[in-house]
Amino acid sequence: MTLEVAVASALFVGVVAYAVFGGADFGSGFFDLTAGGARRGAEVRTLVDHSIGPVWEANHVWLIYVLVMWWTGFPESFAAAMTTLILPLLLALLGIVLRGASFAFRKYSATMGQARLFGVVFAASSVITPFFLGTVAGGIASGRVPAEGHGDLWTSWLNPTSLFGGAIAVGTCAFLAGTFLTADAQRAGRRRLADRLRVRSIAVGVVTGVVVFAALVPLQRDAPTLSEGLEGRAAVLIVASALAGAATLVLLFRRRYVAARVTAFGAVAAVITGWGVAQYPWMLVDEVTIAEAAGAPATLQALLITTGLAVVLVLPALVYLFRLTQSQEWSRH
Amino acid sequence: MTAAVMDLVALATEPEGLLPARQQMALSLGWHIILACFGVAFPAMIFVMHLRGIRRDDPVALGLAQRWAKTSAVLFAIGAVSGTVLSFEMGLLWPGLMGTFGDVLGLPFAFEGLSFFVEAIFLGIYLYGWGRMPPRRHLLMVVPMALAGVVGTFCVISVNAWMNVPAGFRIVDGEVVDINPWRAMFNDLAVLQFLHMWIAAYMVVGFAAAGVYAAGMLRGRRDRHHRLGFVVPFVFATVAAVVQPFVGHLLGGNLGDRQPAKLAAFELAETTESPSPLRIGGIYVDGEVKGALDIPYLGSLIAQNSFTKPVRGLDTIPADEHPPINITHWAFQTMVGIGMLLMLGVLVFWFFRWRGRDLLEHQWFLRCCVAAGPLAVIALEAGWVATEVGRQPWIVYGILRTRDAVGDYSADLWWLLGSTAVVYTLLTVGAVVVLRSMTRRWRAGEAGEEDLPSPYGPHSRLVDAGEAGR
Repeated sequence: MTLEVAVASALFVGVVAYAVFGGADFGSGFFDLTAGGARRGAEVRTLVDHSIGPVWEANHVWLIYVLVMWWTGFPESFAAAMTTLILPLLLALLGIVLRGASFAFRKYSATMGQARLFGVVFAASSVITPFFLGTVAGGIASGRVPAEGHGDLWTSWLNPTSLFGGAIAVGTCAFLAGTFLTADAQRAGRRRLADRLRVRSIAVGVVTGVVVFAALVPLQRDAPTLSEGLEGRAAVLIVASALAGAATLVLLFRRRYVAARVTAFGAVAAVITGWGVAQYPWMLVDEVTIAEAAGAPATLQALLITTGLAVVLVLPALVYLFRLTQSQEWSRH
Repeated sequence: MTAAVMDLVALATEPEGLLPARQQMALSLGWHIILACFGVAFPAMIFVMHLRGIRRDDPVALGLAQRWAKTSAVLFAIGAVSGTVLSFEMGLLWPGLMGTFGDVLGLPFAFEGLSFFVEAIFLGIYLYGWGRMPPRRHLLMVVPMALAGVVGTFCVISVNAWMNVPAGFRIVDGEVVDINPWRAMFNDLAVLQFLHMWIAAYMVVGFAAAGVYAAGMLRGRRDRHHRLGFVVPFVFATVAAVVQPFVGHLLGGNLGDRQPAKLAAFELAETTESPSPLRIGGIYVDGEVKGALDIPYLGSLIAQNSFTKPVRGLDTIPADEHPPINITHWAFQTMVGIGMLLMLGVLVFWFFRWRGRDLLEHQWFLRCCVAAGPLAVIALEAGWVATEVGRQPWIVYGILRTRDAVGDYSADLWWLLGSTAVVYTLLTVGAVVVLRSMTRRWRAGEAGEEDLPSPYGPHSRLVDAGEAGR
């Protein structure tokens, strides 16, 4: 493995981690939004608050990690993507800002009116943000970001691949959140709530699965390079994702929530990794390869050192945080 | 004021997207930096308070630590997202900087990412760990959070220092070669500039937090809670305010050799005078200074550590390399002026305290303490304006001009600035409303029963009320 591919892989691990962990946080907005009125939805909203409260900021840092690795390791392609996809990026950014702020505000609001307002903003922006990030991925994957940047402001993200990318992002986020929240509800001893969430998670999972596989058809014409990779090199991962997704539905149906969480995680991680493998060796599909996009070797080496430090310093801490939040003491509300 | 407007008009002949991009960056940085201060300095104060609470079994200190932790939950959340805004803007607004120099200046950002990770993880553990972990281990969770804040500050400031004293690369035939990211990260200015900002963070948070309790005392709430809540941040602020002028002086040490135009603008030196006076106030119009108060010798003494060595005049520097002079000058003097005032203020307090008089008994002093927080914020902002505007027209000093770094956008970018201003105003209002309602509830709730019920519905309000006292 060359130096630049190693750094690109480290970057992509961040993309997968953000899609899975950050995605699950965003997806909880879907359940928050559809929980019903203040009285009926209180239980779900309290669960959402409790589930993502301690972890969302840490999960959010994966996005910063991705941005930093990208602009440091592959600076020109970063500038090209940013100047081309400025509109969906700004909209995603707005969503990120509103989500984070209103989530914190809602937790400490004084009146029901305030909580409702912040709650709607939190939930709506949580649902919408992944859509725009998905369109960004679609723009890159379908070869619409020119190497020199400043590509078309509109068609770069309003195209079949981007729109499917956005829909898939929203769906996978909600699906992940559904399985995570169901498991959390059960662990907290709220069986009725878990049952309610279980049904919705299965529905979301079925819809998302259909969208993912329906997307493969228009992709053949709209994003031939990606499509070729998905049906060739990455086919194993796509099949694995389908199997894991189906297994999740079965496990949810049989109320095996802890196991379902693992397979849901696997399904989403596999489909995202599939995208990465399918577009290899392109950094910006059909425009710039990873090797061409790479910055100075000394910097790439330094980045690998940083990644090594992250593995030593950040991962154990992250595992500790997750273990705490999954423990019995922390599951009490 | 008119002079400031003229500075802006002069810039308007640049690319259409430049001025809105700069204002956009200024707004989002200026907003974020206040919250960043809390991220850096607040954990240390919380730690001290929490430690006191555990060591002396002091419920007042523990209560304060817990309230500060909750406040920080709100502040850190909006700090995290407004920091993300900056990450995006680096690429969106300044592709010429990030595309060309991303692999030179990126490494400290990568380390900053790591620190942010550590900070966010332990913040989550600490905030949600109240009553769920053994007390000592819970307290220890603040330590990595506080350390990560310091490391993160160093990293971000190191990038800004690099923009002032670019290092770790060479330019050959227009190409960036011989890149050494470590040299770029540990550039000559990084440590001093970091110290200056790090201490500034303690001033901002120390004075702001102390000011909150001073306001309470002004309204007659003179219990132990308020005294302790005042003293701990005030001690931090005191140390910071006393050290800061010296660090600032060291940082400015060889500014005349490094960035003569910036120093000339700071000092409003229209020509080279030996010895240079210290020029207080005044404006610069058409190459002449008007309305300034000159104190002889002091300019040379402060800026050059010499009685004779002059400050190089603006007339020796090509006009197209002048920063917007009046903004830079006024921002610099505002920072210095407030900094000196704050230092004087804390010295007066401790002097009287040493002589056995407690100024907290005096309304006028409490009012000054309330004002000190906003003043420290103004000084912070002014300092950033001084160094950033003073670096213009360069984004990478002497190498890359800001107008060459900006993206190829039209004047539509003003819409982005307008929308950002609206969003940030709403965020500010939201934060103020929520924080105020928190303090109001805390005051209303007696005897530990101050935690929130789940706010999401009347039903769960009842259900959770019994468990709320954790």
